[in-house]
Amino acid sequence: MGLQIDHVHARSGTFELAADLTISAGTRVAVIGASGSGKSTLLDVIAGFLPVESGNIRWAGQDITHMSPADRPVSILFQDTNLFPHLSIGQNLALALNPRTGRLGTGDADRIADSLTRVGLPSFADRRLSQMSGGQQSRAALARVLLQARPVLLLDEPFAALGPALKAEMLDLVSQVAEAEGMTVLLVSHDPQDARRFAPQTIVVEAGQVHPPQETVKLLDNPPPGLRAYLGEGHAP
Amino acid sequence: MASRLVSIIAALTVAGLVIGPVTAVILRAEAFGGFRPADWQALRFTLLQATLSALLSVLFAIPVARALARRSFPGRGFLVALLGAPFILPVIVAVLGLLAVFGQSGLLNRLLAPLGLPELQIYGLQGVLLAHVFFNLPLATRLILQGWLAIPAEHFRLAATLGMGRRAMWRSIEYPMLRRIVPGAFAVIFVICLSSFAVALTLGGGPRATTLELAIYQSMRFDFDLARAAALGLLQLGLALTAGLIALRMTQVPVASRGLDRRVPRWDRTDPTAICTDALWIGLAALFLLTPLAMVLLNGLAGITTLGASVWQAAGHSILVALGSTALCLLWALPLATRWGEWLGLAGIALSPLVLGIGLFLIVRPFANPFDLALYVTATVNAFVSLPFVLRILRPDAETIRTDYSRLRSALGLSGWAWLRWVLLPRLKRPLGFAAGLTAALSMGDLGVIALFADPDHATLPLKVYQLMGAYRMEQAAGAALLLLCLSLGLFWMFDRGGRVGSAD
Repeated sequence: MGLQIDHVHARSGTFELAADLTISAGTRVAVIGASGSGKSTLLDVIAGFLPVESGNIRWAGQDITHMSPADRPVSILFQDTNLFPHLSIGQNLALALNPRTGRLGTGDADRIADSLTRVGLPSFADRRLSQMSGGQQSRAALARVLLQARPVLLLDEPFAALGPALKAEMLDLVSQVAEAEGMTVLLVSHDPQDARRFAPQTIVVEAGQVHPPQETVKLLDNPPPGLRAYLGEGHAP
Repeated sequence: MASRLVSIIAALTVAGLVIGPVTAVILRAEAFGGFRPADWQALRFTLLQATLSALLSVLFAIPVARALARRSFPGRGFLVALLGAPFILPVIVAVLGLLAVFGQSGLLNRLLAPLGLPELQIYGLQGVLLAHVFFNLPLATRLILQGWLAIPAEHFRLAATLGMGRRAMWRSIEYPMLRRIVPGAFAVIFVICLSSFAVALTLGGGPRATTLELAIYQSMRFDFDLARAAALGLLQLGLALTAGLIALRMTQVPVASRGLDRRVPRWDRTDPTAICTDALWIGLAALFLLTPLAMVLLNGLAGITTLGASVWQAAGHSILVALGSTALCLLWALPLATRWGEWLGLAGIALSPLVLGIGLFLIVRPFANPFDLALYVTATVNAFVSLPFVLRILRPDAETIRTDYSRLRSALGLSGWAWLRWVLLPRLKRPLGFAAGLTAALSMGDLGVIALFADPDHATLPLKVYQLMGAYRMEQAAGAALLLLCLSLGLFWMFDRGGRVGSAD
């Protein structure tokens, strides 16, 4: 079961994306490919920002092809703008919990405090993004995803602006959280090292063609020609 | 979907407010026999005064803008800020100030009399032009100043390296910029002056100095000839629409122009003749703009203690009208802060308040006494007239907010209400405060449609000032004018300030 992408075709302007694959529930998958190859487009299709022209998307057997982004069992972290900068972290998380009113129900304050503790930001509820470092902002965004409690998490290079050490730290934190929640995670990245560190499986996207997931280590140790060209000659072991 | 419904309702009410009254005016005008020579005279005068007003404003603005662009002196910031003030200055207040300077017993005549020079007459074409230049010289100066500041610094650096003289500089840098900016500035001011009502009402009049708007008012108030008023309204509508569309193609009105506090870096600033010319123009402009305002203050302070209960009552009406029209305008503007919404809002520029007023009068009359509804009609018309400005202020920010956060919004699944309450309003607070201040001040000072419907029980403060002037109670008029000025600026300040305090950044 898991996330089934059945003969999906989607178009964004003149760019065409074709995908036909299945991702088993609870796995972490890296999505790599050259820029413009369609990595983010794939995430947009899964998240519901880009309607498909044909094909179906199913989660746990249920057809989600025509659901709105908010109704899908999917949460997403963007490259930027994952939280509203004019609201405190607490208010942001309240909106994630109650998108209709933005107000706190009973027990919500505890849930928010709990999620902040889990991402290592206890007592940050009253802060704004501008009062936090890049790493802390990423952690707060992760707390938002935790509260949304969706089984599928899409990461569209959300940690690209962080330094290498901080990025590695965030990826470990996401792994840990995803493991605990049993989330299925797709991580878009330029960096094959991210894939090695984070994802047992990797999807390669080439010129709008999405290939089925393969074992990350095998794939990167022995890349097919297209991927080899992208990774660079010196990359082969 | 709910938010789309709100947009549609807002659009329909605005469109209805255009189509309804215009239809009523067209239907009524059918019964009309034909224009009299006086009507054609009004058309001629309207075109003449608008042309001359625009010409003079632009002509004087060029040297003033150049001086402001290349000099820095103490008070420059104040003077530039002052250039934005006429936008929210009530016309009747400015008229009183101008009368105090240029009027029969004004400052200038008191200076000229001992010299045995003939007395200046303000009423007529010259008075209308004076007031229009007073209001539009600042606008033209700001437009041209913007043009000057937009010239890349490299051009002036190049001119300095080449050792360009004043002639060469004019030919290669200044003239091309002016040729680009000036026609647009002229067109905007021409359009503004086409619909001049309050100025013509107070300083014009008589068969030789009547604008179309004033003629509409007169056929309504004095002759109660609704068909003639309607026909004149159609004429005015056609004129404003044509001129407005032409002007729109040529320029954009800077409502909130930022960055005018810079100075053009030039290397020819030490030329003594240029220094003298610049000082002269800046001095003249400051004198021309500040003296009338100072006179309003001076005369008003003496008169403000003599104000009767009816003035305070009128002030109360005005505050309610201003707040009402601000609320209505923002209710329209928030859902219409889009590209097509701004097009719709432009009707507020093309459609003159008086034409709208006549139309509403005709619609309302079968059901109610229009005079009882004077304040409601005024508030509605004022909101409508402010709408294009408010949309121009809000739209860029509203669109940025929408593009920046639309994905996060749908990823979270925010409801329309949560979006409005937690994202749009807080992030839009600053321009919203500015727009609200502008609307409130414009509505507070408006002397237009209220004059059509006026009766003593439903007067607004500007109308009250006009009535006091008409009754030659100049001291009270001056006091009431000062009160009006304080209320207009006060409302503007309050809203604008409210938007800045704790604004989202």
